[in-house]
Amino acid sequence: MTRPTVRSRTTLPPVRYRIITASLLTVAALYFLVPVYWLVVSTTKNSAELFGTFGFWFAGHPDPLGHLADVLTYDHGIYARWFANSLLYAGIGAVCATLLSAAAGYALAKFPFPGREAVFNLVLAGVLIPGTALALPLYFLFSAMGLADTYWAVLIPSVVSPFGVYLCRIYATAAVPDSLLEAARIDGAGEARIFAGVGLRLMTPALVTVFLFQFVHIWNNYFLPLVMLSDSDLYPIQLGLTSWTGYADRQPVLYQYTVGGAFLSVVPLMVLMTVLQRYWRTGLTEGSVKA
Amino acid sequence: MSRDTLGRTAPDTARRPDPPGRRRRRISRTETRNARAAAAFVLPFLALFGLCFVAPIGYAVQQSLHRTERTGPLGLGGNEHEAFAGLANYAHALADERFLAGFGRVLLFGAVQIPLMIALATALALLLESAGARGIAFFRSAFFLPYGVPGVIASILWGFLYVPGISPLVKIADAAGWDVDFLSRGTVLWSIANIVTWQFTGYNMLVLIAQLKSVPGELYEAARIDGASAWQVARHVKLPLIRPALVLTTVFSIIGTLQLFAEPMVLRPLASSIDSGFTPNLHAYSEAFVGNNPHVAAAESVLLALVACVLSFGFLRLVGGRAKERRR
Repeated sequence: MTRPTVRSRTTLPPVRYRIITASLLTVAALYFLVPVYWLVVSTTKNSAELFGTFGFWFAGHPDPLGHLADVLTYDHGIYARWFANSLLYAGIGAVCATLLSAAAGYALAKFPFPGREAVFNLVLAGVLIPGTALALPLYFLFSAMGLADTYWAVLIPSVVSPFGVYLCRIYATAAVPDSLLEAARIDGAGEARIFAGVGLRLMTPALVTVFLFQFVHIWNNYFLPLVMLSDSDLYPIQLGLTSWTGYADRQPVLYQYTVGGAFLSVVPLMVLMTVLQRYWRTGLTEGSVKA
Repeated sequence: MSRDTLGRTAPDTARRPDPPGRRRRRISRTETRNARAAAAFVLPFLALFGLCFVAPIGYAVQQSLHRTERTGPLGLGGNEHEAFAGLANYAHALADERFLAGFGRVLLFGAVQIPLMIALATALALLLESAGARGIAFFRSAFFLPYGVPGVIASILWGFLYVPGISPLVKIADAAGWDVDFLSRGTVLWSIANIVTWQFTGYNMLVLIAQLKSVPGELYEAARIDGASAWQVARHVKLPLIRPALVLTTVFSIIGTLQLFAEPMVLRPLASSIDSGFTPNLHAYSEAFVGNNPHVAAAESVLLALVACVLSFGFLRLVGGRAKERRR
């Protein structure tokens, strides 16, 4: 029954259409890949070659490893420090955000407590509030509390993910059966154990999605650390690289370091995204289809 | 005496079956148990939500209604203290031509860039879903890749591709006899639009594909058997079905556009045409850190959040209303 449908689907469109489709997709792929290609080529060049040679092709003596080593050792290895900071903010922030969202979303889905809908509407409003409109007021508040220009200033706001709560509630409603929770309760398990043993396990796909979203969100966030931090030892990569481009006028070698630093920071995230693409899709389906 | 009454009444109530009362008591016990467990799960999030979302908004509103007054001679030195200012900060922000121009610029940007990006994402999603098997995984990854490039890095990258000394694009255009300037007063807004489109088209495409996949394949098959062409299936079956995803991506794009900051901030050293009031966010940032005027910056942040809410809820109402009309 399914066989013929599959075959007819692949043979139905005429060759002409398939050629048009393939060429349109190729043009689009070129557009999306060209800047990345430029970045890869430019990582092999020094400052003089960056300005003196054609950008889409390699210069005479490509030395990517040497240039990347320069990036890592410049200014007593400040780049490695920024990289570690970014990992710390995004890693710890995303793990905490995922656990908090899981607990809140689970409770919103599985416990009929008074005020539940009010809480959920508050969360939804949080999804729609523009993050950068909050960053400045948050800075005024945190500096009044003496928290500005510390690791906490970036970490604390990073663990709050209204979108994560929203996604976890929708997922828990569908994926965690009440009968299973009831059975565990009759067996005498406490609520915390039921959540950890049953809830978290059944919600795993949604949790991976929340973690990924929040990790990328924190890693990409620029405005919050920009307003919160002035000590360059606390900078994440993004902030550090823009401080280099700011000085590059006076110190042209920083152009080369910026290119190398951009390359190093982009690679891990692109690998992560491509490998875990499957989870992006399932998570997005949950979010958009049921909205 | 009390012992007697106690001794008598206790077994009495136990012996006399009182089902409604007992059931009520049991439900209320599970209810309190529920409420206690739910509170333990929800409160950590809610506390931090309050600190990072509710409190800043409250603080911003409070700040925006006050101003710093100095009591020294000529208003210099002396003691500083906060004084109630009413709506003066809002009046100040709304009378600032550059702040309003920034809003206008961002609205123009959104009116052009969002439809273009959503149309491109829809086209790519439909092409990927209709194309024959080969290479789909590669194309999907290629289109999604830029979402993994942070806005700041994307702006640095495209900045290198825009700036005349380094850019191979400018070199190619020169060789072809075109005189292009990606960073001039007239073009820089669209150069930024290109960066945003480059970053987010693939992400929006994935959201749309997810919704396309959730529709049972038989539906497309049935339309095709009825003699519909691929174009007709796309136009009359697929597009209406991915409406919710289109609405969702548009709302998030509106919110994102109003916050435009990183791209102009990074391109500023390269393009003299970007001033400190280029976008509302950039203006608020400069008021706070360059102009040293946090009260006006707070008022501008509140205005920005308000406009974002009005626009996204307005858009949701608009499409919601239209859907209702169609159903009738």
